Amino acid sequence: MKRLPVQKTYKLFIGGAFPRSESGRTLVAEGANVARASRKDLRDAVRIARQAGVGWAKATAYNRGQVLYRIAEMMETRRAELASVASSKAEVDRAIDRVVWYAGWADKIAQVVGTANPVAGPYFNFTVPEPTGVVGILAPEPPLLGLVSRLAPVIVGGNTAVVIASEAHPLVAIELAECLATADVPPGVVNILTGLRKELAPWLASHMDVSALDLTGGDGDAAELERLGAENVKRVVRGKADGQSPYDITAFLELKTVWHPIGM
Amino acid sequence: MATAWDYAPAPEARDIVRIQERYGLFIGGKFVEPLSGERYTTIDPAREEPLSEVAQANKADVNRAVKAARGAFEGSWSKLRPSERAKYLFRIARILQERSREFAVLESLNGGKPIRESRDVDVPLAAAHFFYYAGWADKLEYAFPNRRPRPIGVAGQIIPWNFPLLMLAWKIAPALAAGNTVVLKPAETTPLTALLFCDVLRQAELPPGVVNIVTGDGRTGAEIVAHPGVDKIAFTGSTEVGKAIQRTLAGTGKRLTLELGGKAANIVFDDAPLDQAVEGIINGIYFNQGHVCCAGSRLFVQESIYEATIAKLKRRMRTLRVGDPLDKNTDVGAINSKQQLEKIASLVQSGVEEGAEIYQPPCKLPERGYWFVPTVFTNVAQSYRIAQEEIFGPVLSVLTFRTPDEAIEKANNTPYGLSAGVWTEKGSRILAMAQRLRAGVVWANTYNRFDPASPFGGYKESGFGREGGRHGLEAYVALDDA
Amino acid sequence: MATAPALPGGFELPLEPRLPRLGSVDAVALEERADVLSKRSIKRESKVFALELAIRMMDLTTLEGADTPGKVAALSSKGIRPDPTDPGIPSVAAICVYPNLVPYALERTRGTAVTVASVATAFPSGQSPLEVKLEETRWVVEAGAQEVDMVIDRGAFLSGRYAQVYDEIVRVKEICAGRARLKVILETGELGTYDNVRRASLLAIAGGADFIKTSTGKAATNATLPVALCMLEVIRDVHEETGRVVGMKVAGGIRQSKQAVQFLVQVHETLGLAWLTPDRYRIGASTLLNDVLMQLRKERTGHYQNPDYFTVD
Repeated sequence: MKRLPVQKTYKLFIGGAFPRSESGRTLVAEGANVARASRKDLRDAVRIARQAGVGWAKATAYNRGQVLYRIAEMMETRRAELASVASSKAEVDRAIDRVVWYAGWADKIAQVVGTANPVAGPYFNFTVPEPTGVVGILAPEPPLLGLVSRLAPVIVGGNTAVVIASEAHPLVAIELAECLATADVPPGVVNILTGLRKELAPWLASHMDVSALDLTGGDGDAAELERLGAENVKRVVRGKADGQSPYDITAFLELKTVWHPIGM
Repeated sequence: MATAWDYAPAPEARDIVRIQERYGLFIGGKFVEPLSGERYTTIDPAREEPLSEVAQANKADVNRAVKAARGAFEGSWSKLRPSERAKYLFRIARILQERSREFAVLESLNGGKPIRESRDVDVPLAAAHFFYYAGWADKLEYAFPNRRPRPIGVAGQIIPWNFPLLMLAWKIAPALAAGNTVVLKPAETTPLTALLFCDVLRQAELPPGVVNIVTGDGRTGAEIVAHPGVDKIAFTGSTEVGKAIQRTLAGTGKRLTLELGGKAANIVFDDAPLDQAVEGIINGIYFNQGHVCCAGSRLFVQESIYEATIAKLKRRMRTLRVGDPLDKNTDVGAINSKQQLEKIASLVQSGVEEGAEIYQPPCKLPERGYWFVPTVFTNVAQSYRIAQEEIFGPVLSVLTFRTPDEAIEKANNTPYGLSAGVWTEKGSRILAMAQRLRAGVVWANTYNRFDPASPFGGYKESGFGREGGRHGLEAYVALDDA
Repeated sequence: MATAPALPGGFELPLEPRLPRLGSVDAVALEERADVLSKRSIKRESKVFALELAIRMMDLTTLEGADTPGKVAALSSKGIRPDPTDPGIPSVAAICVYPNLVPYALERTRGTAVTVASVATAFPSGQSPLEVKLEETRWVVEAGAQEVDMVIDRGAFLSGRYAQVYDEIVRVKEICAGRARLKVILETGELGTYDNVRRASLLAIAGGADFIKTSTGKAATNATLPVALCMLEVIRDVHEETGRVVGMKVAGGIRQSKQAVQFLVQVHETLGLAWLTPDRYRIGASTLLNDVLMQLRKERTGHYQNPDYFTVD
């Protein structure tokens, strides 16, 4: 007799757990029932991301690099599952390699971006990058590579993320969440919501505790989202859906300059 | 024993600067009559006397300036060899140094700041800024590894009235170094040094249209922001206006940098070098009459040294010399405008009404002009308006704390994040505090220091982007793949 | 969190009266403050006021191996009447000499308001046995010196023997008490840091100094504006904490009127008018006097001056 397979329920990923939407709603995407996150789910995700940011920003760069590398390890072991819901095997492979690439940046970005500044006076003056805080991401297509391309630079710099997954292809985002959940990513550092973009994105853009927005995956609503983001002077980023660059990391970093006198 | 040692007046000579009766707009390398046909009077806030009539640029004027900038960008400037661009900027730096006293006097006349500051801080720093960025013009590829930087195009720049010439330098120097052309609007109340700067450009033989100066109020600024021919906006000013600009630009793809307000915490621990900390507190809030976005307007004193610190602070305040900005011995000059004076007075009134204890040293103020006595509030609660809102005047709010964690929590408890100060002798504590304060600039055992090599800019609602240093170039380049 | 202790290790002495917290000094900020104060522009009548005050505060000094009774007599005459052509010019505060020359200075200044100060305690190094230093002090006080400028033992201070430094000051003070004013020279140019200047100032004041004094004039670095400011801040702290009044003397390298005015501006803006008196502030100098006289005559006549019109004594 043929064995009946166990079907997966695609839920949200918030605070390291996989809750259903508090609204109890789902939608059908790619032939599966997918949680349809509400604005309250989004609110919870932002709150948790903010809390998680305290520890993640303080983690050593070495530690963050290892966590990212661990994500790649988990993706590698689930390569087949990811491929079954991604656009292609090639997309998965490139996504894995991209995470590894960013993992290596964790303890180098400050050396490339930071400076010791030769001011005209008896002061030691240096500039270091710091995470900006909670970053809201509208994940672009392709659903895995796009998401990873935008998410990895955000978290490697010490930020935490609230991601709105591809509306048309959300399954791979949750598949990725399962990799994250087993990769020593501290709970809340990455939160992934599935659902209807236009229901969620304005709440993300206008949330006063979101520090930056990645609108690479935005479409016609990007201008309005940016306008909403101005209310707390959000940093708004539009990058490449398929690209990797240290400049994508610095887009989500603040620069802090410290002065101290030099005297006996 | 003597009963007084009043320093005799030591005024800097005014005749070094010649102010025209009226100014046009500086567009395409020459002064032109405003198409608007409108002018307004700019004054000396210390004497409430008119200094000159300046143009109120309208949409047509801004359009003309943007066209001139576009023409210069496409015609010559962006094609010029970077090493030649550098030499123009070096020239400007040198001419500013040569004419520094003239600029200092004019800055103090039009803005009300003490000549000591315009002479020793504003003007030398402005020249240094041009000198610094001059050297970058032909070295940009070293600033952006693995990228090919190219200019963005026409930069629209809107600057405030607190450091008129210095903010002009912060804006124009990196823009030009990176190969952009500029339309700059000085603040409504302080246009004169920007207009005098046009003569520096003439002496430097900068090609026409590379820098265009349009004067006017906020309406002129709005026209620059909205102009489709402007590729990048750089704004320094209030958070409120900054947000409006960000909203206007939403979806246009125009580049934007914002340097906005602040409500900085200046934190004094019980092991601090106290006399120097008091100097830092004074310099933090009374420098430039407190018209400083990064002013240390919230003083946090550790409770165990509260009384000693306040006693020293009040004593020091009594030695502040308030008065004629052109007197070389003046420490605190005139408030920049009547409107600002009214804003300060109303916030101070709110502090009194909310229950804070006010102290103002005895102080003889001139009869004419806009003045505000250096003020400190003690017994301030975090919830008072004077502890929350940017006053932009010589008004300090004092709060206390018991532990470092409490200091950090209170210091960060604001939508702003521009700057912060820490005073302690303990090295590891300085670094821990510097790390945890959410601010773009942290001054440890010092305050209100600026340098062209030192990036400056805010976290949170204090804006984004940096000015100064290698990082200051980023706002003015597009990065192509190498 | 506990308040900082009043004194550091090695300072655990029965110090009375109570001193302010030891505290620390940030060198860069101190120097910047001194620099700002040095740029005050003092013109016309406010300059004349300062220059006349500088004369009244002056300890006109000669401390050379080549000093003779004749040299000291001439110097004393100069101090009593600095400018014979202008009776409006005041006398200096004191004539400061080596012990052997005290009798000659006393003889010449008798009947005037000018006092005689003597250095003591193995000036300038202080590197002699305590008994010798005390004996020297007794000798100059008995000879009639009204003021004693002692040096601290910098060797002891720098090796952490604060108690020894303190003890010496106390012993010297016992000899001077009621008879001569005690000025304690810290020789700040040898102390290395402003923190040390602050400590040594507190130690000297605790030991009984009536004045604290920057330098002997014999070291490579003498009175600088930041060092003087640092010491004034200690005096201010002591005054605020205890009400006790301690005077200040700057010495060494002050040759120009402009420098003297800069030091006086510091006093004015740090301690206020109350310290602008010879009872609380002194300037140790020699060639400064003629420069001040030249400046005063320039203010009076409106013409720049020629040094040949002022006596060299």
